[in-house]
Amino acid sequence: MSFDFELLRDAIVFGLLLGCFYAAVSLGLSVAFGLLDVPHLAYPAFLVLGSYGTYMLYTLGFDPLVAGVILTPVFFVLGILMYRIYYETFEKRGADSGVRGLAFFFGVMFIIEVAIIQMFGVDQRTVSASYIGRSLEIGEMRIPNRLIVAFIVALVIAATLYLYLSRTFTGRAIRAVAQDEGALRLMGANPVAIKQWAFGIATATLALAGALLIIVAPIEPTLDRAYIGRTFCVVVMAGLGSMGGTLIAGIILGVAEEVVKIYGASWAPAISFGLLLVILAVRPQGLFGR
Amino acid sequence: MRWTGFWIGAALFLVLAYASTFMVTNTFFFFVGYVMLQFVVLATAWNILGGYAGYVNFGTSAFFGVGVYTAVALFKAFALPLPLQILAAAVVGTALGVATGMMTLRLRGIFYSIATVALVIILETFVVNWKFVGGAAGIQIVRPSLPSFFPTYEGMLFVVAAVLVVIAVAVARYVEGSWIGRGLRAIRDDELAAECSGVPTLRLKLIACGISGALMCAIGAPNPMYQQFAIPGAAFELPYSVSPLAMALIGGTAHWIGPVLGALLLSATQQYLSVTISSELSLLALGVMLVLFVIAAPEGLVGLLRKVGLFKTGTVRPSNEKGKGT
Repeated sequence: MSFDFELLRDAIVFGLLLGCFYAAVSLGLSVAFGLLDVPHLAYPAFLVLGSYGTYMLYTLGFDPLVAGVILTPVFFVLGILMYRIYYETFEKRGADSGVRGLAFFFGVMFIIEVAIIQMFGVDQRTVSASYIGRSLEIGEMRIPNRLIVAFIVALVIAATLYLYLSRTFTGRAIRAVAQDEGALRLMGANPVAIKQWAFGIATATLALAGALLIIVAPIEPTLDRAYIGRTFCVVVMAGLGSMGGTLIAGIILGVAEEVVKIYGASWAPAISFGLLLVILAVRPQGLFGR
Repeated sequence: MRWTGFWIGAALFLVLAYASTFMVTNTFFFFVGYVMLQFVVLATAWNILGGYAGYVNFGTSAFFGVGVYTAVALFKAFALPLPLQILAAAVVGTALGVATGMMTLRLRGIFYSIATVALVIILETFVVNWKFVGGAAGIQIVRPSLPSFFPTYEGMLFVVAAVLVVIAVAVARYVEGSWIGRGLRAIRDDELAAECSGVPTLRLKLIACGISGALMCAIGAPNPMYQQFAIPGAAFELPYSVSPLAMALIGGTAHWIGPVLGALLLSATQQYLSVTISSELSLLALGVMLVLFVIAAPEGLVGLLRKVGLFKTGTVRPSNEKGKGT
């Protein structure tokens, strides 16, 4: 196969944009799994749920991005409810939460999948807006606008979350609960309330991320399975709980996927999981882990 | 642990299975029966690592799929007979189990779980790109001639699955009562304490991975013969990963009978729902039962039976009765 510079250049630019999108999708997991230690396997299912929520509001006449913003508080409440159930049934009892917690989230994932199939059917769904379908031309390169929109919104989510966690009181409390729950309790703060709040925020990011997902590409009910690999790969590669690392890890994954697609698209599904296995075997604390 | 009763029961079960191949004429009986027995093996195999040691393997379908495709490749290349295919699959499964374990078992349990999910997708992608075994489009299997002492092909495969069930349950029962099982339970309760008391934790976990992988691959091997077809999308299907886990948890993980009961109950429910209503609903049943049982009956069916006093034979006390801290 002859080396094609243009293909490679396109792949890198696309990968960069797509990578920021992957990072945006994984930020919530970085909080839920990275900081709070909740093995949230149903996370990608909530992402797809966000996309279908966006689609539903879109059919009512809303712009997809606006729909994502409208859904954010709904998802915040949903996240808090999820954490309450998880806390009451597993963390509070402290019993064997490993096996049963994982099984619980897997069960939730299937329930969400089937609920989506029952409501929307198995067909692919897509949305359209003024910024979808056109593309920006720079020289000979054409970059679809939908990717640029996803890129910008992704950066906004990442920056907001980063500032929130590092500058605000509650944000710092969330990071404190990740470091030492006992110490926080001694300071007179309630770790469960903080964790619940953080889990709400983690889930809330999925409303907007879900809107991006349906903007970037058509969705289907079982799309969450592909995103188990992508989100966990990004979060583990970044080092648990590192927001800046999440962005870089997302970009690495995006570029790797796009470059491999040049040589054989059928290998693409294995990229995220392959990277994940390599990271786990070689550097389990992640690139930017403590 | 007494074995006489167990072997008498196992022999009786095998004789009944063999006799049924002559007496039952309805092929649907074997169709459903084979699937149920297949899940008994998968759930029992899963429980050896997941139940006794508390390490959750989400990659059952990776092992199952590898078993399927080991059999397909060997059958296509050398036309190996079925027993040798099963044996080869078991060997490959052991190697795969130990290799995965070596990569991730030094880390926290959740990473092992994520790595096993990864294994499913990576191996599926590999098989999709492997033209010799048919790639994404799948491959047709032409069954070789039937051994004369079986009346039908379905009957023979049913008996093969029954034999594998007996092997799997015997292995699980042995592991549970032996030093391996005691070590694994120590790991589940408190790995650090176990390590400090001189329990060879990594070696025990690798042994469990190997045994569990071998059994999962072995039951995959007869599947292409049964389906007369193998396709990566079906062999590596996600429900194959979650069902065994759900069955073990629903049945109860502390005793070997748990996964057997769970597998029979859940697979019967699923078969019934997917035949009468739809396959989506059987997926929903899986999800709902999983969530309900882990929340409301963490000890599974065995725990429920114990509570009402119907089940006393267990030598193993469930570990998490008293709230242990983490």
